[in-house]
Amino acid sequence: MNAAVTFRDLRKSFATEAGSTVALSGVNGAMAAGRVTGLVGPDGAGKTTLIRMLAGLLTPDSGSIELDRTARVAYMPQKFGLYEDLTVEENLTLYADLNGLDRTARETRFNELHKFTNLGPFTDRLAGKLSGGMKQKLGLACTLVVAPNILLLDEPSVGVDPLSRRELWQMVRALQETGITVLWSTAYLDEAERCDDVILLHDGAVLDQGSPAKLTERVDGAAWRALLPESNVRKRDLQRAAGRLPGVVDAQIRGRYLNVVMGQTGAAPDLSPIPALKGVTAERIAPRFEDTYLAALRGEGRATALARTHPDTPPTPKTNGVGQPVIETRDLTRRFGDFTAVDKVSFTVSGGEIFGLLGPNGAGKSTTFKMLCGLLPASGGEALVAGFDLGHARADARGRIGYMAQKFAYLGHLSVMQNMTFAGGVYGLSGKLLAERIEEALTTYNLHSYTDTPCSELPLGIKQRLALACAVLHRPAILFLDEPTSGVDPITRREFWGRINAMADEGVTVLVTSHFLDEAEYCDRMVIIYRGRLIAAGSPDEIKSAGGSKDGASLEEAFITLVENYDRDHPP
Amino acid sequence: MTLPDTITGWDWRASAQRIWFLMRREFLAIWKDKRSRTVLILPPIIQLFVFSYAATFDVKNATLGILNEDNGPAGRELVARFSASGAFDPVARLTSVREIAPLIENEKALAVLHIGPTFSRDLLGARNTGRTAEIQFIVDGRHSNTALIANGYAGNIVEEFTASYAASQPGAVPRMMPRLVTHAWFNPNFESRWFIITGLVATLTMIVASVTTSLSVARERELGTFEQLLVTPLRPLEILVGKILPPAILALGEGILLALIGITIFGIPMRGDPLLIIAGLAVFMLSVTSLGVMISSLASTQQQAMISAFCFMMPAIILSGFATPIENMPEWLQVATYANPLRYMLVISRGVFLQDMPASLVLANIWPMAVIGVITASAAAWLFRNRLQ
Repeated sequence: MNAAVTFRDLRKSFATEAGSTVALSGVNGAMAAGRVTGLVGPDGAGKTTLIRMLAGLLTPDSGSIELDRTARVAYMPQKFGLYEDLTVEENLTLYADLNGLDRTARETRFNELHKFTNLGPFTDRLAGKLSGGMKQKLGLACTLVVAPNILLLDEPSVGVDPLSRRELWQMVRALQETGITVLWSTAYLDEAERCDDVILLHDGAVLDQGSPAKLTERVDGAAWRALLPESNVRKRDLQRAAGRLPGVVDAQIRGRYLNVVMGQTGAAPDLSPIPALKGVTAERIAPRFEDTYLAALRGEGRATALARTHPDTPPTPKTNGVGQPVIETRDLTRRFGDFTAVDKVSFTVSGGEIFGLLGPNGAGKSTTFKMLCGLLPASGGEALVAGFDLGHARADARGRIGYMAQKFAYLGHLSVMQNMTFAGGVYGLSGKLLAERIEEALTTYNLHSYTDTPCSELPLGIKQRLALACAVLHRPAILFLDEPTSGVDPITRREFWGRINAMADEGVTVLVTSHFLDEAEYCDRMVIIYRGRLIAAGSPDEIKSAGGSKDGASLEEAFITLVENYDRDHPP
Repeated sequence: MTLPDTITGWDWRASAQRIWFLMRREFLAIWKDKRSRTVLILPPIIQLFVFSYAATFDVKNATLGILNEDNGPAGRELVARFSASGAFDPVARLTSVREIAPLIENEKALAVLHIGPTFSRDLLGARNTGRTAEIQFIVDGRHSNTALIANGYAGNIVEEFTASYAASQPGAVPRMMPRLVTHAWFNPNFESRWFIITGLVATLTMIVASVTTSLSVARERELGTFEQLLVTPLRPLEILVGKILPPAILALGEGILLALIGITIFGIPMRGDPLLIIAGLAVFMLSVTSLGVMISSLASTQQQAMISAFCFMMPAIILSGFATPIENMPEWLQVATYANPLRYMLVISRGVFLQDMPASLVLANIWPMAVIGVITASAAAWLFRNRLQ
């Protein structure tokens, strides 16, 4: 195998206010020519630092990088510098000018790129008006203007819906066929599985590398699944119970199955301690790439977060309000000019439910969400939360809800403690009660060691924890979560959902938006919004059968089928 | 799940508490940010020192009151020369010495030319009486630079007059030459710094206040923290108060600091009641921060907000009377200056520092600023909720 890029013992530290942080501590690896290498790891693992070094934008403190003599490297940063007030065509021209592409070569190259990205019909549209997926495609097109043979992509799929994600992959595969070597960095492990080779990065060090199949082989015999019997026990209760069984490192619900990863290979999980699973035996299945990662990290005892998030004392579900409609929309509509972003959407969320609002970017789910939170007035219909239109409700009605924005919405210069004080204070907590609640939250969310840290210096996973802690300081009855886990590593995501589940068990109604469909498995019910319309509603199983999926299939497949069917029946 | 059975009405204590927590957050946000902290303190002080040495002025059509008590031809000729000079615009003909003071104090005229009843006689009979013909020139020292230059022009005119008079009177001796006696009121030594610094106290605090506030909402919109504020129980009015007060308080402190520097280092007199300056500054700051928050709410990015703030500040300074007298501007532009809070603050600042301006006059300049503040603050509060994408 011929290496297009080889790097040895790369080290890099950055100075911070508190001293210095090590971004990379002796990283070795290679990118095989003509293959797609996945650079995989959670946020803060050092992915961007490594990529920027390979692109020549950062100098390592020590170590070496070897590139082929003929290498033409192109780099697409995580947030590509598109000029939002320029059109698609003008952006392309700009990057062609910057790269000194001459005018005759330009036309053929642009035509190829338009055809390749399907952006042809949108050349006159402003880049700022494109959806997340289309922006990413345009970014890729701008990167490809120079016809590179090594392409470095930094988290190209963050904020991109499943459909666009699939298209991006198809594009990368097509590029690979023309002989281009690709590096694709990601925090998503299902994406890592699609790469030819994987470099697993964690805390600035390489955890493992090789082909996904080879890596997965190591945990062969650790993955099991059990068909769940029909019962009225909630799936997430079963999941919690299974997660606490001896020897189990991870338990997930996949449709009608309980998937379990064991710490040791070979031994089947003993499900008998769980009453609802009496007599159920688990069958061995092929492990997924994610299982390798979890086993590697949890096996080393690096991540014990899940244990903390699953309290040993069983929760006492509060029945107050459970089952009553808490959130209701009736023919909710929002128009922007002559464009209808949300078109007569109606659904009801009952108390104590985890309810998913799903859909691709730009489909109208964020608009629906904003109308529910009172951040955007509706053009028609109603959005009621606990009987109130939050846009006009009195202050104390808004005090009943908790809200966690998609972007971290606390001031970066303020410390964790200062932001928490504010978050509690505006919701009417003060004095001793406020101090108690903060203390409690610091313990529950394991934030004690960060109290005086400015929020801008927190790792993403901790920010996420803080945002949730702030959103629930005042014990809201209803919790709104907007894309809460976008860009977060799988362990943090599990930890996050553990807490959400615990809150739902206490009777909190949770409304969550996501374009991350395996997460939707955690929801009790969900709606899928596409092109402003509600195209499917129900439990995860109901959605899957509506999408014609077989048992154990992922929601993502069902989702893509539903969306494609809708497009076929309702041509734009 | 617990929902309230009854939703209670407005609870002022809860409201005050929310505002208190928001204000703490805003103070921290300004103070914890190293950049905004330095912007707040250093530049205004440096600018105060630099600008107070920098500016010079040119004078055209300075308003002039004329009191000619002389019946002789010399007096008439001198008045004609002043009127035709282009440097002066005769706005009033006075008939008695008593009319001089109100004319200057109310800024109806920058200067008064006073020709005494014996001018022609003294000029003719100087040889016999030994008295030198005197011309009084009274100028408004509050506008020190303009006054100084006007005084220079007056000197030139008198010199030319003398030269031609001497030419028409053969045998005249230098002793006969008329003498121009200048009295500068309020600022006897023509300290141009007095004029500049009393203006800078108002202008620099305005810049600080509008820059800090114009970014506040726009930055939060960009960061996404503003939506987080809107979903909390905070009402728009509470957000408004929480957003306006902290920068207003900081800028007020800044203004007082600059005034103290002016008094201690530059030796500016404090002829009026310092409390009047503080009261004026407080209302001025509230009107400027309200305006800043309105600009910030209109903008969708920090960049837009910054540009808009500058689009407000430049004309606000130029159309304030800071450097050039408002009376010299065309009529329609003078009308526009009524919407400019700085215009009023400059009158208060210069008036109280240099002239012991009475409280009633200060109040007459405070209420227009309050009106501007209320209008812009209401607009800002409305924009919070209604300018969402």
